[in-house]
Amino acid sequence: MIEIEKLTKRFGLFTAVDSVSFDVKPGQVLGFLGPNGAGKSTTMKMITGFLAATSGEVRVCGHKVEGDARDAKRVMGYLPEGAPSYGEMTVAQFLSFIADVRQLKGAMRKQRTDIVIDQLNLHAVINQPIETLSKGFKRRVGMAQAILHDPQVLIMDEPTDGLDPNQKHEVRELIKGMAEDKIVIISTHILEEVDAVCSRAIIIARGRIVADETPKSLLARSPSGKLDDVFREITCAEVCS
Amino acid sequence: MNNISIILRRELSAYFATPVAYVFIVIFLVLSGALTFHLGGFYERGQADLAPFFNFHPWLYLFLVPAISMRLWAEERKSGNIELLLTLPITMAEAVIGKFLAAWLFTGIALVLTFPLWISVNYLGDPDNGVILAAYIGSLLMAGGFLAIGSCISATTKNQVIAFIISVVICFAFLLSGFSIVLDFFRAWAPQVVVDAIASLSFLTHFSSISKGVIDLRDIIYFISLIAFWLYANIVIIDLKKAS
Repeated sequence: MIEIEKLTKRFGLFTAVDSVSFDVKPGQVLGFLGPNGAGKSTTMKMITGFLAATSGEVRVCGHKVEGDARDAKRVMGYLPEGAPSYGEMTVAQFLSFIADVRQLKGAMRKQRTDIVIDQLNLHAVINQPIETLSKGFKRRVGMAQAILHDPQVLIMDEPTDGLDPNQKHEVRELIKGMAEDKIVIISTHILEEVDAVCSRAIIIARGRIVADETPKSLLARSPSGKLDDVFREITCAEVCS
Repeated sequence: MNNISIILRRELSAYFATPVAYVFIVIFLVLSGALTFHLGGFYERGQADLAPFFNFHPWLYLFLVPAISMRLWAEERKSGNIELLLTLPITMAEAVIGKFLAAWLFTGIALVLTFPLWISVNYLGDPDNGVILAAYIGSLLMAGGFLAIGSCISATTKNQVIAFIISVVICFAFLLSGFSIVLDFFRAWAPQVVVDAIASLSFLTHFSSISKGVIDLRDIIYFISLIAFWLYANIVIIDLKKAS
């Protein structure tokens, strides 16, 4: 369970996230939509504890992200935008570093490592330095890192950005395959993706939530039956006014 | 504690995964040797000690240590890894201390590799090895001071070149404040307390007494508190600037 209450982030005079409140229950795959600069990434950075909120509160599985940060971070897996990782390390070294930090030990460690290497198809590159890998592989390494400790909550900032259609498909299958009692939040501006994997969509514009419903009911709003049109209508009404 | 050692190990292996470690160690050894024998007059002095070796350390560190520390946080910010690192279940203090200790341990390794000089001086004469040991400890502490400054400055920017230059300037100020030219300038008008305060901030003042074999608790406290201060500032700066 993620509980977000009146979360606000200001950078100087600019309000990036403006009193956003919502809950996410286990089993939900939440798609976070919005134009660039709408506050998607900033919200995710506050949920994962990277940025401190100006005001408001985030609780993840009962742990306050500010105050009980370590416990909150333990139950989360996070793929930051662009999937950063340590380029000079090999994939195996990097995963081993993450396993150390996540305190995975013994048989459990080996089992989880083998599972994510399988799930993300990293066998071929396991001993290559990450900086020599293609964009798609780098992204997969970032995802492997995020799910290595089998987190209760998985948060991914634009997980399919820059991937080819096959890779996108694989990532979506992976998200769908996450156990049913987990919470997944992904941000994207690819609308078909929301329809394909999400059970709920939140559209955010100018730091505020402008829609919060299922992808189906969003679709139903559009006479043309296209998510693109709904998206443009909702976000443009906000931004262009 | 465990987290600090995980960060330390990762960071230290990163030095050796790239040519940085080898370039640094080779340059450090070549320069320290050259300075000792040519400028320091190791043979000509006819004394069995390592003073000509240690006297150049503050100046060697001035340029070499910021080259080690500049990447500590600047690279982390530039690559976006800082977001990954700080959303793992570790605290900011653990990350800062782990990275600092890795860099410190690395300079320690470089320092240990100067042992042929120690062997030479023992072969050629009968030096006071207590003094030499004290000077090694002093040199390591001083390197720690330089590193803590460099690490903090590295956190202020994404650009390693800027981190390097600013670190050199600040370290230079910490070195110079013990020089009589600088102190005379202040002595002309400032009260003695101020002059003493400036002199007591200098790396040189504290290092030179340790390197003469006098391990004064005050000198050790000076370096430890200097390191603690800059690392604390490092944590504060990352907290303030990580959003940008």
